[in-house]
Amino acid sequence: MSSDNPDNGRRKFLTGSLSLVGGTGAAATLWPFLSSMAPSAKAKAAGAPVKVDISNLKEGEKIDLIWRKKPIWVVKRTKDMLDSINTNETKHKDPMSDNTDQQPDFAKNKFRSLKPEILVLEGVCTHLGCNPAYKPGENKFFCACHGSNFDLAGKVANGSPAGANLKVPPYRFEDENTLIVGELPGSNETKKG
Amino acid sequence: MSEKNQATGVIGWIDERLPILSFIKDHLTHYYAPKNFNFWYFFGSLAFLILFLQIFTGIFLAMHYKPDAKLAFDSVEFIMRDVNLGWLIRYMHSTGASAFFVVVYLHMFRALMYGSFKKPRELIWLFGVFIYLALMAEAFMGYLLPWGQMSYWGAQVIINLFTTIPFIGPELGVWIRGDFAISDPTLTRFFALHIVAVPMVILLLVILHLSALHTVGSNNPDGVEIKKHKDENGIPLDGVPFHPYYTVKDFVGIGVFLFLFALTVFFVPEMGGYFLEHANFIPANPLVTPEHIAPVWYFTPFYSILRAIPDPAYGALAMALSIVVLFFLPWIDKNPIKSIRYRSSLFKINLFVFVIGFLILGWLGVKAPTPLYSALALRFSEMYFIFFALLYFYSTSRSNFFSYLFTGILLSLITIYDITRITSENYLTVLIGLVLVSIFVIFMTITPLYTRLNTEKQVPDRVTG
Repeated sequence: MSSDNPDNGRRKFLTGSLSLVGGTGAAATLWPFLSSMAPSAKAKAAGAPVKVDISNLKEGEKIDLIWRKKPIWVVKRTKDMLDSINTNETKHKDPMSDNTDQQPDFAKNKFRSLKPEILVLEGVCTHLGCNPAYKPGENKFFCACHGSNFDLAGKVANGSPAGANLKVPPYRFEDENTLIVGELPGSNETKKG
Repeated sequence: MSEKNQATGVIGWIDERLPILSFIKDHLTHYYAPKNFNFWYFFGSLAFLILFLQIFTGIFLAMHYKPDAKLAFDSVEFIMRDVNLGWLIRYMHSTGASAFFVVVYLHMFRALMYGSFKKPRELIWLFGVFIYLALMAEAFMGYLLPWGQMSYWGAQVIINLFTTIPFIGPELGVWIRGDFAISDPTLTRFFALHIVAVPMVILLLVILHLSALHTVGSNNPDGVEIKKHKDENGIPLDGVPFHPYYTVKDFVGIGVFLFLFALTVFFVPEMGGYFLEHANFIPANPLVTPEHIAPVWYFTPFYSILRAIPDPAYGALAMALSIVVLFFLPWIDKNPIKSIRYRSSLFKINLFVFVIGFLILGWLGVKAPTPLYSALALRFSEMYFIFFALLYFYSTSRSNFFSYLFTGILLSLITIYDITRITSENYLTVLIGLVLVSIFVIFMTITPLYTRLNTEKQVPDRVTG
């Protein structure tokens, strides 16, 4: 108030620089709050790999696991079922499993699995997230929500609303009968030998 | 009001329908505040900032907290350990509670110093005391939510205060708890009140507090009315627009506050057991009372007054009175001089002794009672009320007769109470206390008759500095 001619340039610079520093601080303060809404350590821990013993799994039987709050199917396919699986281009949208988002590299094969007879899939329809039903008699999975059909390798049939094959989660076998969902094979190569 | 805002375009369109620009003008850019505010005037805007901070952090805590007696404690630990940066949000909230009281106590002390509660600002003060009461309720109910040992037993003690009310007390206690002991219904209702009802009441009271303030204008360290001297445009000569002058100034205060706040949140969030008590890290157990229970520091002065009187009903009554008396402050202290700058030496001594006494009561409130501490608590509780009696006494210059009568009544009340409680075991402490309090009272009321200690200074016409 001592000067009648305030230096406006100086004032503008001070206002601008202080606003910048203050604004950055305020924005940084928002971070803990936004971050707190993301999955907690507990929710992440619940996404840890799931181990299951499949020695009692019968031929043609399907069991459901939960991994990361999602249903995981494990099906022991019979010889008959395996025969029903083909890579016919006219029948499937993605016969060769070219969409790499839908399975780990190890499952980019005819049966979309590590071992031909053991099928491991995420039971979430790639259309809008319903849980398709297992139809062993018809050798398919059928999603009742909007009528999508998948074969017993999880490949989506032409004419279905769903656009992609059912997802194969990362999994590996710890030994002959112990399946671990949530870990990729490879870390156990040495154990195999 | 005659000059219309001439804004055009979108802003003009809105302002014709919703007076945003006029509001900003009336309350910020053309609201004139006295130019002589000192640092004591930071605490109002700081309290506002903390209110916002508490609501904001509270919303995020409510996303993870579970108001269920079986889940509450674990959900708080979940926030502390598993939620991303949840510990930070919780410590901001718990430190914010203590910071709120620090700032509010300083804000109230400012009002006492500069007479900001006096005519024409009585309503501002009344709404302020209501905010303070609501804040105490808010803090108390919030402290139950972690469902730790101190949550449980603190609530047990405070709710049992209500059971001391004659006739309806016991039923009232059950009704407040929703059960025969503190349990799940108590927790869920405290949660609802803590996160919805009381914050809304506080927000409403803050609006009333500020509306009343902006109607009569701010007081200042000189306690003179700046509206008495206006220029030809009706602008107070000693006023400056709130924005930008005090917004910029308040930002400096906010900067200092945030520095201290962050220091506490990051390095001493429990403040050695004063902000978050150690026993509260143990889940509530209705079968085991912690060895020593004390309320959180901001309640301890009143807790001391409660404990000072060895009778549940009268103790609770004294504590209630100690808060109720605040409402009557504008009608107790009728001295026309507002600011401490122009009041007498005896007024300054009175205020100083009151602050020291209040701090000692606070300190005694966290200590386990011993005979000595209890005696001190009683004497300082008496001093708490003597402060208000003396404020009334200094409202105007008193005659010889009134001075002696007033002193006589005050000392008789204290002596009569002492006679009822004196025994062969405690007579020494009682007598020493009685003599000390009497000397203080006589010094404060009789010296004005023979010395110039109660002389007041001439209040200037305009603000100084």
